[in-house]
Amino acid sequence: MRADPADYELVAPGSLSAVVSLLAQQPNQWLPIAGGTDVMVQYASGKLAPRKLVSLWNLPELRRIEVADNEVIIGACCTYTDLLGHEIVMREFPLLASAARWTGGIANQNRGTLGGNIVNASPAADSLPALLVYEAELILVSARGERRIPYIDFHTGYKQTLLAPAELIRAICLARRFAGYVSYSRKVGARNAQAISKVCIAALGRVVDGVVEDVRLGTGSVAPTPVRLRETERALRGKRIDAALVSHARRTAIGEIRPIDDIRSTAAYRAAVVGNLVVEFLHLLHDRGQSG
Amino acid sequence: MNTDHIVGVSVPRKEGRDKVTGRALYIDDITLPGMLYGATVRSSIPRGKIRKISFGTGIAWDEFVIVSAKDIPGQNCVALIADDQPCLADGVVNHPEEPILLLAHPSQHILPKAVAAIEIEYDPMPALFTIEESEGHTEIIWGKDNTFKSYLIEKGDVDAVWAQADYIVEGEYTTGAQEQLYIENNGVIAVLDVERGITVSGSVQCPYYVHKALMKLCSLPEHKVRVVQTETGGAFGGKEDYPSMIAGHAALLAMKSGKPVKIVYDRMEDMVATTKRHPSRTRHRTAVTREGKLLGGDIEFVVDGGAYATLSSVVLSRGTIHAGGPYYWPSIRIRAKAVATNAPPNGAFRGFGAPQSLFAMERHMDRIAEMVGISPVEIRRRNLLKSGQTTTTEQVIHEPIDLDQLLERGLALSDYRAKKERFQTGNASATRKKGIGIATFLHGAGFTGSGERYLASVVGVEGCADGRVRVLVSSTEFGQGTKTVLCQIAAEELGLPYETVEIAQPDTEQVPNSGPTVASRTVMVVGKLVQSAAHGIRQTLTNAGFLREGYSKEEFSEACTRYIAERGEFKSWARYEPPPGIFWDDEKYRGEAYAAYAWAVYIAEVTVDLTTFSVAVDDFVALQEVGRVLNPVLARGQITGGVAQGIGYALFEKVVWQQGRMLNGQMTNYIMPTSADLPSIRVYFEELGNVHGAFGAKGIGELPMDGPAPAVVNAIKDALGVRFDSIPVLPEDIFQALAADSAAENNSPAPQGAR
Amino acid sequence: MSDPGQREISLVVNREPKKLRAYPMERLLDVLRIQLGLTGVKEGCGEGECGSCSVLIDGVLVNSCLVPILQADGANIITIEGLTEGPQLHPLQQAFLDCGGAQCGICTPGIIMAARYLSSKKPQPTLDDIREGLSGNLCRCTGYAQICEAVSAAAVREDTGRESER
Repeated sequence: MRADPADYELVAPGSLSAVVSLLAQQPNQWLPIAGGTDVMVQYASGKLAPRKLVSLWNLPELRRIEVADNEVIIGACCTYTDLLGHEIVMREFPLLASAARWTGGIANQNRGTLGGNIVNASPAADSLPALLVYEAELILVSARGERRIPYIDFHTGYKQTLLAPAELIRAICLARRFAGYVSYSRKVGARNAQAISKVCIAALGRVVDGVVEDVRLGTGSVAPTPVRLRETERALRGKRIDAALVSHARRTAIGEIRPIDDIRSTAAYRAAVVGNLVVEFLHLLHDRGQSG
Repeated sequence: MNTDHIVGVSVPRKEGRDKVTGRALYIDDITLPGMLYGATVRSSIPRGKIRKISFGTGIAWDEFVIVSAKDIPGQNCVALIADDQPCLADGVVNHPEEPILLLAHPSQHILPKAVAAIEIEYDPMPALFTIEESEGHTEIIWGKDNTFKSYLIEKGDVDAVWAQADYIVEGEYTTGAQEQLYIENNGVIAVLDVERGITVSGSVQCPYYVHKALMKLCSLPEHKVRVVQTETGGAFGGKEDYPSMIAGHAALLAMKSGKPVKIVYDRMEDMVATTKRHPSRTRHRTAVTREGKLLGGDIEFVVDGGAYATLSSVVLSRGTIHAGGPYYWPSIRIRAKAVATNAPPNGAFRGFGAPQSLFAMERHMDRIAEMVGISPVEIRRRNLLKSGQTTTTEQVIHEPIDLDQLLERGLALSDYRAKKERFQTGNASATRKKGIGIATFLHGAGFTGSGERYLASVVGVEGCADGRVRVLVSSTEFGQGTKTVLCQIAAEELGLPYETVEIAQPDTEQVPNSGPTVASRTVMVVGKLVQSAAHGIRQTLTNAGFLREGYSKEEFSEACTRYIAERGEFKSWARYEPPPGIFWDDEKYRGEAYAAYAWAVYIAEVTVDLTTFSVAVDDFVALQEVGRVLNPVLARGQITGGVAQGIGYALFEKVVWQQGRMLNGQMTNYIMPTSADLPSIRVYFEELGNVHGAFGAKGIGELPMDGPAPAVVNAIKDALGVRFDSIPVLPEDIFQALAADSAAENNSPAPQGAR
Repeated sequence: MSDPGQREISLVVNREPKKLRAYPMERLLDVLRIQLGLTGVKEGCGEGECGSCSVLIDGVLVNSCLVPILQADGANIITIEGLTEGPQLHPLQQAFLDCGGAQCGICTPGIIMAARYLSSKKPQPTLDDIREGLSGNLCRCTGYAQICEAVSAAAVREDTGRESER
């Protein structure tokens, strides 16, 4: 433990409005901390530069899941366990459910939050590709009020986001319109549990009369931010899935990502595996399309 | 007298209740009044001279105790074998993380800031990081030629076999460093008492090693140094020699401050600064007949010892002796050396050289099989040692071991033949390819050759007035079951209930030196001495006329009471005596290398997923002949735990190096298997007995480390047709090998993998 | 002498109310071990990977090395020391003893807490459930074999116990 607790301040104002006020009144001084599964690791290794933290943990406004007719609104401080315990999230958003299951061990799922995962903005974060393909929207809140933005715009660069100073994510909104889609997700890590992803993919597709009507591919750990494979999606839409298309999709996917060599893996491996996962998805989509 | 057998029964672990209730006290659970915390300032470069040390601002340095090499009262070394390793660097550093200064302070939270505030300027010197660089001699960083030690084993006439060979098979095999990753980090507390001297308590395997090192470092006589082992949360060799270093540090701080000092590492410090398994390179050149019989071979075996000698000579020794595997070699030459590099010194890790050389041997056997055109089973059947034949050191195998039958049994248990065929057919068009691989091997228990004689272990058994019996050994418990099994042995020998026997906590003031807790010697060698000493207790009481035959537990108790009342303290001692007729030549490295070998057949079944290039072990059969199983639950636990570490060694555990420093020194990026990564490990024992071991037992602690890696890598070869000669085999390596193959075939750069 | 940077924290630990002063960013792990003397909670890594520090907060399994004490204010904590109320062993603890689930013992308290939590979610876990439920607890000694058997055995025992209570 390489930090001195005496050097840090942590407050828990107890309500969203109180937190938002504090952030507004004392700008750029308070780092929000939810479940702590990222922040506390930095802290213990002596690498947490911010000295003042404000707790979002268990704030009721942030830790609830609302189900409306057209969308599900997930509070930013819902834990992965909260997601896994919600019937509609599990049923209608299986990509998010599988991401929740992959993230750390059970103890870390009990503390890690969806909002924290988004704001931490690691390109390797497990849940972000799913949010990309579900075209989530974020409700952001600050003393100035709320705004709603497409999640797709949120990450602007490596660990850079559109979050304004003194702003928090209040909720993540998922439109309830993916019932007819085939979903596929896979995380590739160094081991079967408790692994930071080397590559991960979340995909949705719909085939009508043998033609790809819609397809969405979200990937993690292959670029400075999680990304949608737009070119690959374009190449697939409106086409019939055959061997030539699958090959073309593989090449296009590999071409549009920017993986790196790092302590966990290599660029070449990541590229090859993304290609393979896209192919695996397309085979699944093709098979389901036949029977569906 | 109790005639129920205790040995051979899974009696409850002696200290088990404390462990499951959280009451067992490990060193970091202990706090002493007035205690200071210690921290270490370490080198940030691999090699160079220390030009200047500056103490930065913002720290109240007068609150700190600061120790440097100049404060060392005795010899500035961590006494072990060569005594070349400084306890604190003095003007020169030879590896990253080498300790330079020590700090102590009442508040542990201030220490990291203080360490960070110390600036050290160096004049760097060129450094060496690999075996090849060390051999290249562009720099001489140790001794005359960067070589800590070398051995030569020669049997028969190797030079004559090449001409007779139908095949000459060559191969080079490498293994990487491996971190022991005990879940409890290294830690000690040192206390100075002006009259009694220095007492160090902590997480140690070998209290007497620490004792010897402290005497030299602190310039104190034997009776003024005391070392006590506290409950130890895993060791695996990683706490064999390293504790002498951390104990020395705490002792120096305690001596300078006059206060108790606790040093406990955090995970990152422990991983980057302490010992690991020696990386190795083995080169085989083998002469083989058309039928696949070994005629002879040349093996070059090299291990990377890091910056100082520490235990490298002994690791090398064991690796060298095991390099020929469980096979009959009519002739062989084994040239072995341990070389220096500018990395933290490597040390003991379960297996101790044998996992390295046996990985090479078992991979090489499969390679030979392929060249000759016979199966991995056949190549082994034709060469496995038979009773009456000699090993590479010309030790005659006297026991009636039938390795052919052991292999057959392993094949049957794993359904090897049927699976191999099924996999071959099924793999043709699969994206998940299956394979099955074999390793046959041996592991010698106890110290090599004359080692046990040199150790001259002593064991005591004490009869107490209340009829309880205490076992007195310096052998330590760190999960493997030392306490339990040694008590079983004493209880069995005395015909008393298991509950009446206890074992003293290893404390150099209370127990004799029964040797280090290493080399799979505790049950076999120390256990036999416990048996003797216990026998001595009974004999003494019988001779005194206090005990009749067929005595009850109560009668034994009365006899002890009477003896103590009349004659005082009641202890019986046993000292190691080498068995007669054991011959070992230290010069030629020839003779009876070990008192007993355990034998094993391990079979791994894997699936390689060509989408992700990752390997899953689906089934694992671990079959071994171990003399006698003294406690089935504990014995099985040793095997499953060792196999898990071996699978980690093969598939997961890579140390990422940069200029001699470990980059991935965290549990998040040094990957050991979780419960979701391992198959059911099926364990089977055979028992041939062992005249040299307690109740017929052989050592088994290290055996399970030797087989899994080659079995798994042989299975990968079976699945993919691609050879891997280096471990760990990561998915990235599999991808790269397949891509290279594919590029060679298609002349296309695009990696395929899936259909 | 207390520092104004410290806060008053009230919580219930192993069914006993506790009031203490601590810096809000002190780790729950350290408060439990040092202030409350509950050294059964272990530190193996400090990064939430090994699970040796596992405790239950309001019945939920967490890695106490990652929880700032302020966030545990008002909570109900159970550590290994409070697994049972009396001197008798919990079926999990007995099963660990019988099956050889504890070797060196350092991971044992955390892994028993994880097993306790698993059994509260899945009273009859399959082997896969157990492997997944314990995948956040690293054990270097056992290869997990006898740990999984212990968890299974305890589940059977608890079920038998429940049966005989009817």
